[in-house]
Amino acid sequence: MAVVTHPVAHDGHTMTQSHAEITRDVVATLGPPTRGYLVLLFGAVSLLLVGILTFLILVKDGLGHAGYNPPVFWSVYITTFVFWIGIGHAGTLISAILFLFRSPWRTAVYRSTEAMTVFAVMTAGLFPIIHIGRQWIFYWLLPYPNQRFLWPNFKSPLLWDVFAISTYLTVSTTFLVFGLLPDVAAVRDKVSGWRKTVYSLTSVGWRGTNNQWRHYSRAYLYLAALATPLVLSVHSVVSWDFAVSLVPGWHGTIFAPYFVAGAIYSGIGMVLTLIIPLRRAFKIEHLITDYHFDNLAKLTLLTGSILLYAYAMEYFVAWYSGNIFEQTTFYRRAFGPMWWAGWTMIICNAFVSQLLWFRKIRVNITALFVISIFINIGMWFERFVIIVSSLSNDYIPWAWDQMNPTWADWGILAGSFGWFGMWFLLFAKNFPIVAIQEIKEMIPMPRKRGGH
Amino acid sequence: MALLKRRPAQVPGLLASFLHVDAAADAIRAIRALGIRDLTVYTPAPNHEIEEALGQRVSPVRLFTLIGGLSGCAAGFGMTIWMSYDWPVLVGGKPIASIPPYVVIAFELTILLGALSTVAAVAVFSVLMGKRGAAYDPRFSDDQIGIFVPAPSDQAGRVEQLLRSAGAVEVRHEA
Repeated sequence: MAVVTHPVAHDGHTMTQSHAEITRDVVATLGPPTRGYLVLLFGAVSLLLVGILTFLILVKDGLGHAGYNPPVFWSVYITTFVFWIGIGHAGTLISAILFLFRSPWRTAVYRSTEAMTVFAVMTAGLFPIIHIGRQWIFYWLLPYPNQRFLWPNFKSPLLWDVFAISTYLTVSTTFLVFGLLPDVAAVRDKVSGWRKTVYSLTSVGWRGTNNQWRHYSRAYLYLAALATPLVLSVHSVVSWDFAVSLVPGWHGTIFAPYFVAGAIYSGIGMVLTLIIPLRRAFKIEHLITDYHFDNLAKLTLLTGSILLYAYAMEYFVAWYSGNIFEQTTFYRRAFGPMWWAGWTMIICNAFVSQLLWFRKIRVNITALFVISIFINIGMWFERFVIIVSSLSNDYIPWAWDQMNPTWADWGILAGSFGWFGMWFLLFAKNFPIVAIQEIKEMIPMPRKRGGH
Repeated sequence: MALLKRRPAQVPGLLASFLHVDAAADAIRAIRALGIRDLTVYTPAPNHEIEEALGQRVSPVRLFTLIGGLSGCAAGFGMTIWMSYDWPVLVGGKPIASIPPYVVIAFELTILLGALSTVAAVAVFSVLMGKRGAAYDPRFSDDQIGIFVPAPSDQAGRVEQLLRSAGAVEVRHEA
């Protein structure tokens, strides 16, 4: 909905397609699935089944199967929870924050990133529930009238998290569905048969009348304005789950901005991992171009540099504080028993992102894809290091112990990728993955009196 | 209840389609000059030239965003403070209801109710209270601009001539 009445002209990437070509090319992505798509979907569902099976065993036997070992009672599940929540943040950044900044390049990629957000938050939301042990009473977290007249403790960051995550899931889903409405109507007018019936029902009578657009455009602006502070708040609240407690390595005021930057960094990594194969499979290379990858890579560079600063600052503050517990924790992150995890995090996040200073790398799609895989791995390890290494050596050395992930940890982690992948694949084949209406808005309609 | 009335039958009128945005804007201005105000204009994407020609007022959804947001904020503080006093737990002589942590809850509920009431307002204004019975063509979601004029038969000829001279590629009579 950017108020841009001229095509994107940066770097000579002028959009030359007509409105009819845009509709045709995007609707073409929704045809019958190819063999490759079905193989990917089968893979995702199989991973999901592994996760479901693991979960059922956890329900039956309890959390003892997971690698929990005193003093480490938050490990892979919480790591993966923070990982998926972080993934979601890039989508909201691109769809809402860049909308408010009037960045026209977002239009080509925002639908896929926003879908990624919704499915990533749907994945993340499962983890606190898996982690609580007695999963069937997860609703005790919510404030509802009960026989014992008890209310939840609103002073606990864990309860702030319940509100932050459920608001984030609701608002980002609303934002996605709302943005889809005109596009689903455009698809409805192009297809026939039972698919027309399905899209007619899901487009709830959208016809693009002047009155509908009048309310819609305003509402979209306000939704973006509400989603922007929301996305910054959500990862801040997640970071306070750690920062508000008194564990060395967690108790830092830098945590909220550090986590938000890390979240956006990891999210753009996942965006790149998803849309690089997607645009080739869907033959939409002319809609998502080098220009968009260049911009995404610049965002990665920015957030990666913020992470580099935050990592350096964490070590500096640990040393400068003169606090022996803080110093020990950070010494052991680099040279302790989990040094490999600590260095994976630093190299993949702080250093690999610095390669993106070079334009040659930013527009090299293969290089970007490889870098994006490093980002995904690095950001998972960042959370693993922060959570596990801090808990495993907190204060008294005789209470220190290591944690080793088990099959139950890996099973649930694999299942989460399957769950996310399944939803993303189903979405990509059934709904327009490129925002038809917003791209049309950027391309001027033909004029009778020539010129423009 | 106008809201619950069933979809009325097709309104008679003229349905014109345009390929050129300036031609459509000319036609809108000419028809409005005739005194016909209840036209329906279809565009594939929001378009400022068309909006200006129609001279529309700003949508009232913003009021609903404000009301939703403020009620969310009030609900957040109200719920947390009331629940704290309903089962008071005194810890370390600190206040039973402490505002700083409750800001987080109030903030999240502000966003939640603000967003949901915005969407609800669009649903009410566009879908439930929207004009019914105007003719439509699938090309209007693709690359053409449509103008539907609910014209009484005595003006139909004049309107048709206006639409054609502005540059309509097609004008249909809808009975």
